[in-house]
Amino acid sequence: MRGSDESARQPYAEYCAWLESVKINELHKKSREAETFFRRTGITFNVYGEKDADERLIPFDLVPRIIDGKEWRLLVRGIEQRVKAINAFLHDIYHRQEILRAGRIPEHLIANNEAFLPEMIGVTPPGGVYTHIVGVDLVRTGANEFYVLEDNARTPSGVSYMLENRETMLKMFPELFSRIKVQPISNYPTLLRRSLGKCAPARSEGRPTVAVLTPGLHNSAYFEHAFLADQMGAELVEGHDLRVVDGRVAMRTTQGYQPVDVLYRRIDDEYLDPLNFNRSSMLGVPGIMDVYRSGGITLANAPGTGIADDKAIYSYMPDIVEFYTGQTAILKNVPTYRCSEADSLKYVLENLHELVVKEVHGSGGYGMLVGPAASKRELSAFRAKLTAKPSNYIAQPTLALSTVPVLTRGGLAPRHVDLRPYVLVSPDNIDITPGGLTRVAMKAGSLVVNSSQGGGTKDTWVLEE
Amino acid sequence: MLGKTAGGLFWLSRYLERSENTARLVEAGFRMALTRAASGEDEWGSVLTTVGCLNAYKAKHETITPNTSVDFLLRDKTNPMSVYSVMQMARDNARATRTALTREVWEAVNDGWMVLKEMLRRPVAQADLPNVLTTVRQQSALVRGALQGTMLRNDIFSFSRIGSLIERADNTARILDVKYYVLLPTGAPVGSSLDNVQWEMILRSASADRSFHWLNAGNVTPKAIAEFLILDARMPRSLAFCYDGLIDSLRELGAEYGDTRPSHDLAAKLEERLTGRTIDNIIDSGLHEFIREFIKANAELAAQVEQDYRFYE
Repeated sequence: MRGSDESARQPYAEYCAWLESVKINELHKKSREAETFFRRTGITFNVYGEKDADERLIPFDLVPRIIDGKEWRLLVRGIEQRVKAINAFLHDIYHRQEILRAGRIPEHLIANNEAFLPEMIGVTPPGGVYTHIVGVDLVRTGANEFYVLEDNARTPSGVSYMLENRETMLKMFPELFSRIKVQPISNYPTLLRRSLGKCAPARSEGRPTVAVLTPGLHNSAYFEHAFLADQMGAELVEGHDLRVVDGRVAMRTTQGYQPVDVLYRRIDDEYLDPLNFNRSSMLGVPGIMDVYRSGGITLANAPGTGIADDKAIYSYMPDIVEFYTGQTAILKNVPTYRCSEADSLKYVLENLHELVVKEVHGSGGYGMLVGPAASKRELSAFRAKLTAKPSNYIAQPTLALSTVPVLTRGGLAPRHVDLRPYVLVSPDNIDITPGGLTRVAMKAGSLVVNSSQGGGTKDTWVLEE
Repeated sequence: MLGKTAGGLFWLSRYLERSENTARLVEAGFRMALTRAASGEDEWGSVLTTVGCLNAYKAKHETITPNTSVDFLLRDKTNPMSVYSVMQMARDNARATRTALTREVWEAVNDGWMVLKEMLRRPVAQADLPNVLTTVRQQSALVRGALQGTMLRNDIFSFSRIGSLIERADNTARILDVKYYVLLPTGAPVGSSLDNVQWEMILRSASADRSFHWLNAGNVTPKAIAEFLILDARMPRSLAFCYDGLIDSLRELGAEYGDTRPSHDLAAKLEERLTGRTIDNIIDSGLHEFIREFIKANAELAAQVEQDYRFYE
């Protein structure tokens, strides 16, 4: 929030002026009200591995993260460029593989990658869109300087928190929104519905039927699945509500089986189809991949998109952007050491205490090491894991992430934040909702913002210009 | 609408109705225990039977005491019929059908669950019991109010109403079933001398005491009570009222979907048994048998609705 001279940066000026007029215990009271609101609405997530655990709330902090309109425009250009490149890359990888032929990416990185789906070779999704919904995780390190931490090209989650955080702020602080002009985000579900509809299979007629596929009530993101289905006016289905009928995927309704045109699936590729992938999956729909390959249904996102957000591929993103768009990447990549390469591994092992090490296929902040925060024992344990299977890891320097204050018992205190804007891709358009989800590390000094690791969220404001 | 969603709405309403009914039965049992010194065991035994969990209770407890009965009926997590379990299932069904509910209905269910979970965290002291029971009924009333006030009158509303009426009819019939069994020794004709307190208990169990006395001006006879609870369509917990409503809701579904299904005929047949009869007629041909058959037919109707509207695969 503060610039190098310790004064509040310009986009925060008006907010800070307001903040000075508010008593801290007033903020604490609002904070408790917000928590009650979240509980009543049921904005909760389930924690895996905790039997009988109550549904948890993700900590919500009521100091907004504010981005000025100009900086946002730069971000939008960068994200559009990146998302276009990702879709072009996916099409290429599952068709002619020009980028491999050109030697820009080593072949083994694709061939030996678990996220690469041979079933998708030669398949073009309806409308040519692979990643209907993308979440790009960014950090800001200085004025107009953003780094991409990772691309989420499979099923980025958290958008319901983005929307509910704003609803909560509107309810708590209406006066702020009349004082500061913030770009609205509430039409995200409408845009999502429209964007998915535009990607319906060519053969579908009339208004496309959209459904959201959830693993069920006990999934950690169930609230979000129900929320999005509700807001879009789509059905929320589970695998056992669906079956293949006459070459289409159809859902069991009170009036018989009705075909689905677009399935926004919130289950992983592996569980999508027990006939084609994991045989023991109870979550998926037997035969759905065959319907998909014959053009009978749109799956959002397309199967096999994981190859684009794989952490080993990440390090090649600047090349990928350049290869497909002919331009230099606007958003920076964090310098990344691929531990599969001997030189890099050596460097990483020597400098482990200064680096962040992540599993190539990991997500949610599990299995990662934050060097500067790790104990000697943790470092040596991780060193052993790294040596045993180097290709499983990448390492990055820790960045000087920007901070935004959070409300703590002792008053306001700075905490590190990242930002996940949500991107909708349709055949003719890319929509980026102003702002996105700001995740915040609730512990002082911590760089880990994942909700599964105790991170919280904030409302994100992009100011009108 | 998805078959699963229709099923979720149906069960959400059944569970809400059930929690309220159980609370009402506990209230009646509690009151009996206060007004009659002796035989608390019989009363709690009949409450447990009416709720349908006497065997489960006996498997866990050796003797029937007021405290263990109340605890078992209100907050025992191992008892699927306890208010706690039933409310949890109601809330799970509400979560599963959130896309079909208005925000008001969802919040009423969720609030109710949070409030009751907190109240039932520890054993309920006798002094707090009236307050807890009132809360159960109030939470149920809040959900019903939100449903009435905010839901579109379409298939979503119909399935909720069908669930709640089937459950209510079942409950009223069970109260009659248990009380007849308890009250009438073999061979004793229906309508002989009666224990007024027992009849009060029946009326209270169905929230029918005030309205009954208002209509009958103190003339309490078993026949009048049976008539009131079975045939009087003005009484919202009577079998006749429930079936009027069920026929209505099924007709509305039929109009919306443009077809009739086997459950419609089944409901019509059941309703005929109620409308074409007088209470004398029913008593002459065997009240207990009548109630028994009704409970069975009511359950068959529920199963037919499930099948007709594809609640399950």
